[in-house]
Amino acid sequence: MEKQLRTDFKKIVDSSNFSEKEIITKEKYLNKFIQNGFPGKKNEDWKFLDLNQVIKSNIKNLDYFNENLPNEVDPKIYVDGLEHNKIVFINGRIEKIDFKYEESDKFEIKDQFDSKNLLNDVNSLVDLNSALTNKYYKFQVKKHYTLKKPVIIYSLTTSKISSKNINIRLDFDLESNSSLKIIDYSIDKSENNFVNIVYNFNLEKDAILKNYKLDKEENNNIKYSYNNINLDTNSVAENFVLSLGSSFIKNEINCNLNGKYSSAFVNGIFNLDNNKNHEIRTSINHLNENTKSYQLIKSVLGENTKSAYQGKIFVKSNAQKTDGYQLSKAILLSDNAEFNAKPELEIYADDVKCSHGSASGSLNQDSIFYLMSRGLNYKEAKELLINGFLLDVVEKITDNEIKNLIKNIMGLKE
Amino acid sequence: MRDKQVQDLKEYKYGFSTDIDTIKAPKGLSEDVIKFISNIKKEPKWLLEWRLKAYNRLKVLKEPNWQKPKYPKIDYQDLYYYSAPKSFKEKPKNLDELDPKLLETYKKLGIPLQEQKRLNGIAVDAVFDSVSVATTFKDTLTKQGIIFCSISEAIQKHPELVKKYLGSVIPITDHYFATLNSAVFTDGSFVYVPPGVKCPMELSTYFRINASDTGQFERTLIIADKGSYVSYLEGCTAPMRDENQLHAANVELVALDDAEIKYSTVQNWYPGDKDGKGGIYNFVTKRGLCQGKNSKISWTQVETGSAITWKYPSCILKGDNSIGEFYSIAITNNHQKADTGTKMIHIGKNTKSKIISKGISAGYSDMTYRGLVDISKNAKNSNNYTQCDSLLMGNKCGAHTVPYIKNKNSDSNIAHEATTSKISEDQLHYCQQRGLNTEDAVGLIVNGFCKEVLQQLPMEFAVEAQKLVGISLEGSVG
Repeated sequence: MEKQLRTDFKKIVDSSNFSEKEIITKEKYLNKFIQNGFPGKKNEDWKFLDLNQVIKSNIKNLDYFNENLPNEVDPKIYVDGLEHNKIVFINGRIEKIDFKYEESDKFEIKDQFDSKNLLNDVNSLVDLNSALTNKYYKFQVKKHYTLKKPVIIYSLTTSKISSKNINIRLDFDLESNSSLKIIDYSIDKSENNFVNIVYNFNLEKDAILKNYKLDKEENNNIKYSYNNINLDTNSVAENFVLSLGSSFIKNEINCNLNGKYSSAFVNGIFNLDNNKNHEIRTSINHLNENTKSYQLIKSVLGENTKSAYQGKIFVKSNAQKTDGYQLSKAILLSDNAEFNAKPELEIYADDVKCSHGSASGSLNQDSIFYLMSRGLNYKEAKELLINGFLLDVVEKITDNEIKNLIKNIMGLKE
Repeated sequence: MRDKQVQDLKEYKYGFSTDIDTIKAPKGLSEDVIKFISNIKKEPKWLLEWRLKAYNRLKVLKEPNWQKPKYPKIDYQDLYYYSAPKSFKEKPKNLDELDPKLLETYKKLGIPLQEQKRLNGIAVDAVFDSVSVATTFKDTLTKQGIIFCSISEAIQKHPELVKKYLGSVIPITDHYFATLNSAVFTDGSFVYVPPGVKCPMELSTYFRINASDTGQFERTLIIADKGSYVSYLEGCTAPMRDENQLHAANVELVALDDAEIKYSTVQNWYPGDKDGKGGIYNFVTKRGLCQGKNSKISWTQVETGSAITWKYPSCILKGDNSIGEFYSIAITNNHQKADTGTKMIHIGKNTKSKIISKGISAGYSDMTYRGLVDISKNAKNSNNYTQCDSLLMGNKCGAHTVPYIKNKNSDSNIAHEATTSKISEDQLHYCQQRGLNTEDAVGLIVNGFCKEVLQQLPMEFAVEAQKLVGISLEGSVG
C-alpha cells in the first residue's frame, strides 16, 4: 500500500500546482496515514465497522490518483421543486459553483490553501484527506447575511471510475449573525470506490447552520464523511443524516460548543436493506456554560443489515448548566439484522442535566394487531408503523421546504 | 464534638496491620514460585500443570490498557505471591488452635469467627493474606451435604468437583489478570450445594490483606447444583500502607438447572489517603455461568474502597429461560478511581437480564460505568433492561457512562437509560429545613438514590453498606 500511495501522491503533486510549502505539509499528513493505515477493529472508534477489512474485501488495488478529466454537468440531476444554489462535484472534481440567488458581496469563495485550516489528530482518514485533496475551497458568509436559498452540494460519481479513492474537502465560515443551509446530496453511478469527505464549519457569534446529509441512492461504494463544527456564543448547528443507499457509510459529526448558549442538534435515520452496513458517530463537546445538545437516531433494519450508533457527550468541568440528551431506537425486521450502540457520557461538571436512552427490538405486535383489527393487512400495518417511527425524526427538521423534500425522497406520509 | 466524630469516621478504621510471623514465597514471579506455592499446598500434579500452563500463556500476554483509570506500571517481580501466617504450616483443626493474634484481628474487623459470638448465624470463611484461616458452622452445613471450605481443602477432599469446574467459566486463556490469578492463586472459598438443597444460611468470606508487598490472589468457586439455592457474601479490608497493593481475584459461579446464586460484595479495601497515596488496586474477574435451564445469577456490589476498582461481574446466560441480574453502587471520593460495570451475554432462549447501576463521585475522583449487553442470534425472546445513574458532587470529579449494546435478534428487546445529575438545592434545603445538617441531608439523599440496590443486600450487609455509603462521602460536601 505504501508504494502505491507514494507513487499516486507524486502523480497528484505533478498534476497540480502546489507551492513548496504545501507539498511539505501534505507529505507530513501522508506519512501519518502510512504509519496508521485504514482504521480497523482494534481502534475503539471503529469497533462496529472495520473499515480496513471492508476496503480489503471490496476494493482490489485501491487507486489514490484521479485523472480529473472535466465532465459535463447534466442538469437533469438537479433537485426539482426547490430553488437552490449549487456546488457540483463529479468524481471528486469541482465542476460547477453557482450562487445565482445570492448577493455577490455578501458571500465569498476562496481557494487559497492555508495549512492552518487543516484538522489535526482526528483520525487517519482525515490525514489521508489532508494529504491527497488537490483543491481547497472555503465559503465565507459575511456578517448579518442570511442566504436566500439553500446550497445543495451534489457529489456525483460516474460509471467511468472504479477502485478509486476520492477525497473532498470544503470549509465554511459563518460570520456573526449569518445563516446557511446546506444539503449534501450524493448520486452514485459507480461501484467499489472509497469516498472520503471532510467538511469544516466555523460558526461565529449568533450564526445558524443547517446541515443536511442525504445518501439515498443504492450503490456499492464505501463512504466516510467527517464534519467538524466549531460553535461560538449563541450559535446553532442543526444536523440531519439520512443513511439509506450506499453499501457502507460512516457519518461522523464532531461539535465543539465553545461559546456560551451555543447548541447542537444531530438527528439521523437509518433505513437499510440488502447487506448494508451503516454507522453514525457523534461527539458533542460541551466546553462552556449553558450549552445544549440533542440527538435522536432511529434505525429500521432489514435482511442482513447492520447499523451502529456511537454517540458521545463530553462535558468539561467549567461547562456548568449543560443540557445534553441522546436517544437511539432501532427496529429489527429480520433475524439477520444487527444493531449496535455505544451511547457514551463523559462528564466532569456537576450542575448538568445529561441523559441518554437506547432501545431496540421488534415491531410492537400489539400495535400491529390493533391496526389489523381495523382492516389493514399485515404489510400495510407494518408500513404505517415504520412510517410513524421515522416521521418522528424528520419532523425535527426546522426548515419546512427541506423537510418536505426529505419526506418526498423517503416516501413518508403524514 | 461533631467534628471529632466526623474525623473519626472519615479515617479508614480497618487501617491497622497485625504483627504476625509469616512464611513468604521468594519475591517475584517465576516457575519456581508457582512450584513453591503448589508444593506448600500439597497440590495434585494436574493442578500444578494447569498453573504452569497459565504461567506460560501469561509470558506472552500483554497487560490491557484500555481502561479509564491509568496506573503506574506494576512490577510483577517485586511482589510476594504467597504469604501465610507461620502458625499455619499445619492447618489448625479447630478455632482453639488459631493464633490468638489472628483472632484478635478478626475481632477488630468485627468478623464473627468464633461461633459463640456469631451474628445471626452466618457461616464465615476468612482469608488472611493468602490463606483461608477458618471456616465456621461446618456441622450444620455438612448435614445438608453443602460443602463450604477453603479451595485448598476442596482440592484435597473434593478433587473431582474442583477439576470439573475450575476454569470452566474463567479459563486460563482469559485476559491478563485472570490468567495471572490462575497461575498463582493461593486460596479462596469453595461452595458446592447439592441438588435440591436450599442453603439455610448466608455464606460469607472475609478477605484481609495484611503483609506488605503482597498481592492477594484468591479464587472462589461456587457451584449450585440442580434446583439449589445459595446466597454468598464477601467483604474485604486491608491495612493502610503507602504503596499500592494488587488484588487480582477470580470468582467463578456455576448455576445448573433451576439453581440460583446470589452473590453480594461489600468492597472496602483501603482507598489510599486523601491525597491519593497508597491504596489497593482491585482488578478482579467475576463471572457467572447460568449453565442450566431456568437458572439465575444475581450480583450485588457496594464498592466504596480501593484506589482503583476495575471489574465487571458478568453473567453468561447459556441455559434457556435463565436470568442475570446486576445491582451496583460504586462510590469514589478523594483520588479514587473506578471503572466498573457488567456484561450480560445472552445465548439461550427467553433469557432476561437487568442492570441497575448507581455511581457517585466526589472530591477529585473519577467513576466510569462500562457495560456490555450482547444478545446473540439464537437468544430468541430475550430481554434486557439497563439503568445507570450517576451523581456528581463538585466539578473536580468525573462521571462517565460507556455502555455497549449489541442486538442481533429481532425478537429481543433492549432498553437502556442513563442519567447524570447532582443533588438538587431544593432537596437539600428541604432536609435542612427539617433540622438535618448538610452531611446528614446528603447521606439521606444518597441513600435514597441507592435504595434500589441496597434493598437487594441481605439484612446484615445492608446496614453495614448504608453506613459505609455515609462514611465514604463524609467531608465531600460544603
